[in-house]
Amino acid sequence: MERREFGITVVSPAAFVLALFVLWELVCRVFSVPITILPAPSDVFAAMWQYRAPIADNSFVTLWTTLAGFFIATVFGLVLGIAVGWHRAIYAGIYPVLIGFNSIPKVAVVPVLILWFGLGEIPAILTAFLISFFPIVVNVATGLATTEPELEDVLRALGASKLDVMRKVGIPRSLPYFFGSLKVAITLAFVGAVVSETVGSNKGIGKLMLDAQAAFQVPIVFAGLLVLAVLGIALYAATAAIETRFTGWAFRGQANR
Amino acid sequence: MAYGRGAAAVRAIDEVTLGIAAGEFIAVVGPSGCGKSSLMRLISGLHPPLGGTLTVEGKPVSGPLKSVGMAFQNSNLLPWRNALDNVLLPLEIVEPHRGRMRSERGAYRAKAQKLLESVGLGGFTEKFPWELSGGMQQRTSICRALIHEPEILLLDEPFGALDAFTREELWCALRDLQAERNVTVLLVTHDLREAVFLADTVYVMSSRPGRIVRRCEVGIPRPRDLEVSYTQQFQDVVHELRQLIGGRH
Repeated sequence: MERREFGITVVSPAAFVLALFVLWELVCRVFSVPITILPAPSDVFAAMWQYRAPIADNSFVTLWTTLAGFFIATVFGLVLGIAVGWHRAIYAGIYPVLIGFNSIPKVAVVPVLILWFGLGEIPAILTAFLISFFPIVVNVATGLATTEPELEDVLRALGASKLDVMRKVGIPRSLPYFFGSLKVAITLAFVGAVVSETVGSNKGIGKLMLDAQAAFQVPIVFAGLLVLAVLGIALYAATAAIETRFTGWAFRGQANR
Repeated sequence: MAYGRGAAAVRAIDEVTLGIAAGEFIAVVGPSGCGKSSLMRLISGLHPPLGGTLTVEGKPVSGPLKSVGMAFQNSNLLPWRNALDNVLLPLEIVEPHRGRMRSERGAYRAKAQKLLESVGLGGFTEKFPWELSGGMQQRTSICRALIHEPEILLLDEPFGALDAFTREELWCALRDLQAERNVTVLLVTHDLREAVFLADTVYVMSSRPGRIVRRCEVGIPRPRDLEVSYTQQFQDVVHELRQLIGGRH
């Protein structure tokens, strides 16, 4: 049973990734694809190793701007979500504005942010924040709105205040929604940070890729893409781990299986 | 509806006037949709009455009361809390326990533990609701309704979703708890045997508009043994109630 579990959760994805790289390598060699169009994985990994210092340096910048933006989005999204879920009037008032705001492509906002804050990490942090708070707000509000009235009655019958009901029932009840949205938000925050770096920045993976592209260093561009993918998976996995840690009760079936 | 030794009365639903003495166990039976649960919601203060007055212990009811404990047809346990923490919930809300919760958490936990033990759930305090059977969940729910030592226990079809054997088991558990604590109980049910087995007085409600059509005192001395439910006297009371409720056959 345990061996089978290991096969499914570790061997299967590893084999799949490996197969993907092998296929990519084969295609590049068989069709002699020029390195400036699509470099083979071997070229990409070579570039990654050769430029490991600037890649690590810039990855770190992207990582921390992503996390900073994500952290602000988490706090802000949680607070706004609770406010929206608190009362129908707040919900009705804020929702259209939120949707309108979320419909604006964040790429269009980056130049404004650069105008305000100059080149650097702040526009990246703010873009990561702006792009990622929306799903958190919507999920927390949904969790609160779908709380079973019977559960609330248990507390209301004891004379609990609205704040008590929120603290003891509403918020715990919407935590699975909250953590679920964090998984979406972390990947969005990452996209936001990189988009901002690509539009205008002096550091970060996005900036590195932009420079490499200008110099026709295509293997470095792909190395950057790979690093982004790996970081994305790592951030997602970390958030998912936090989710199961805090809301195990909502996954009761899976946890025991 | 009057609670306590003082005289006070209330009309609920339509022309419902009934009084309960402290320590009494009354049951309200009636066909589905006759307003039994609405009556319960009124008494608990969850819904304000449209007209008439409602007094508990001589004071008019304007909102939920802390002297009341309530259990519903669904156990309504919070799925993120284990059985013990679910039972502790009212203490986190109701004064004066609320203020003492921090300093006397240990004592309160011991109290909840003891209460759960008294209904046979001693080994299940750390279990989460989904790990408990329906009967165990309902016992936990009743413990939760009792932990803050309310003077009145309101039970809204608490055994409705259980199988017949578990139900009888819980009847006895409730009987013992009531005898031990001398709490006033108002039980709403559609199970006539349950009503007759547990209650001093059974009120029969009619369908829309909900009103009390009959007050029936069960003359069998309490506490009753489950064997009583097979005696002729018991059957006669149940039969009489059944005829009052009517319906098509």
